[in-house]
Amino acid sequence: MVKILTGKTSHPGTAQGEVLLLTEPVSFWGGVDHHGEIIDVHHAQHKAKITNKILVMPSGRGSSSATAVLAELIRTGDGPLGIVMLQCDTILVIGALVSAEIYGISMPIVELQQAEYDQLSDGMNVSLVADFESQVATVTI
Amino acid sequence: MPSQVNLVLTTEEQAMLAGANGPAVAMCMRIIVGVANANGAEKLIEIESAHADGTLYHGEAGLDFTEKLVALGGKVKVRTTTNVGSLDLLHPDLVHGDKTLMEHGRRLMDAHIALGCEPTWSCAPYQAGHRPAFGTHVAWAESNAIAFVNSVLGARSDRYGDFLDLSAAVTGRVPFGGLHHDAARKAVLVLDFSQIDSKMFAEDAAWAALGVILGNRAGTRVAAMVGLPGDLSDGGVTEDRLKGMGATGASAGGVGLFHVVGITPEAPTLEAIVAPSAEYVVMTAEDVRQARDQLSTTASDKLDAVSLGTPHFSIAEFRALAEVIGDGPKFAEYIDFYISTSRDVMSRAKDLGYLDIFLAAGGRVLTDTCTYVTPVMSTNVKNVMTNSGKWAWYAPGNLGIDTVLGSLSECVASARAGRVVRDESLWS
Repeated sequence: MVKILTGKTSHPGTAQGEVLLLTEPVSFWGGVDHHGEIIDVHHAQHKAKITNKILVMPSGRGSSSATAVLAELIRTGDGPLGIVMLQCDTILVIGALVSAEIYGISMPIVELQQAEYDQLSDGMNVSLVADFESQVATVTI
Repeated sequence: MPSQVNLVLTTEEQAMLAGANGPAVAMCMRIIVGVANANGAEKLIEIESAHADGTLYHGEAGLDFTEKLVALGGKVKVRTTTNVGSLDLLHPDLVHGDKTLMEHGRRLMDAHIALGCEPTWSCAPYQAGHRPAFGTHVAWAESNAIAFVNSVLGARSDRYGDFLDLSAAVTGRVPFGGLHHDAARKAVLVLDFSQIDSKMFAEDAAWAALGVILGNRAGTRVAAMVGLPGDLSDGGVTEDRLKGMGATGASAGGVGLFHVVGITPEAPTLEAIVAPSAEYVVMTAEDVRQARDQLSTTASDKLDAVSLGTPHFSIAEFRALAEVIGDGPKFAEYIDFYISTSRDVMSRAKDLGYLDIFLAAGGRVLTDTCTYVTPVMSTNVKNVMTNSGKWAWYAPGNLGIDTVLGSLSECVASARAGRVVRDESLWS
């Protein structure tokens, strides 16, 4: 049965794909390599690949240079298709804004409340629609 | 429920967004407004200066963004200094990186100049002539510079990074949020050092250890430190000690602002800056020793190199180094002794004679960049001594080497002996 979760647009865009649910945040600078693999050895999902996934994680982490790393992953096609978070991370929003400006690729970032966030599970197929005008975003599961 | 869109722009800001000031301003305004919307900011505020951190090459996206701003006719609207780049433009032979990366790094630095930034190429712009006034709003990037401008100068910057720094510089605006707000500048954590013998804080390296404690305990929270000995007039606390501590705290945690009660300008008293129901922790000498130990990755006395100046060496640090070197023996032949500094400080150190004393002893100076972000040291270098907590924090991961944290005098004594020389009495 189709279910629609409603949240807030942190960055507009649409995407459809498989969820990679991270149990803890990852830093893009130093935590993810340029092929989209999680290289932070302390991370619970070390070696998981974020490429072409809907990345679901509670918040962001780490260096402010992560803006440039995310933009570079989006440019090369090694980045996620979209991101869903409990707590919006400015650094990732900046990376998405710049990718939209210079490469015309608008990767959605959606902020969900806990009750909606908890309905997402690893490996599930979802589609994101993050609207710019209304700032309303939906996650269809 | 999604929160309401509540950002209100002035007429001038709406015009900037619509393109009245050209396409570069409009693009930067879209980024600023995008961040403001995501964070729920109510308005934008004007800034008086910026420090741009996108000067270090991380990949083509950063270069594409900066060169696009240049192509669109972008110019910075406020005074904007530049952080370190990937090259030493004054001593190009010292950096031996991949040719394409070096060329891209050079283009990235050139693009910042084309936008009207000042070529300071320093992570310590506050010691190279850029010191915003108390209470003014600024947009600074580079974690140590953010901690310094907020804590030591009392200007106000949130933690900015690549892209937003230049967007703020070009528009002269930032979202009104984070550390720009009074309430966000109150300490929610108090670290009390009054139980520790003040002798322990006599050496600069102890302040690097304090930075580890600050970063580990505070994370991204604002902390106040009480019970530290001395003040800025008796030399017990120096600007360089606060610089080193903040830089290490910003590396070990996400420190953007700290208060040292009785020392830093917003904290004449604890009451002035403490938040209601702040957490209070009493620290011990053992905590400081443990923090110091996190900054050394080897107990070996083998030594290949010494690196000072992360953040960039100041003129006061050059003076202290020249005094320690004096007319003593030269450094051991096989030890590479590097100082990273700004071209501004290097030129003053030359005029005052400090630079020649260091060079005559066998040292080398790197400007515009830093030994831990770009290939400078020989690949044979394995064990490096430093008095910088930030360098010790990052270099093992970035360069794959081992570090030993020491005081300035231990670094000089070790460089002369060609092996690590420690004075444990400093840490008892």
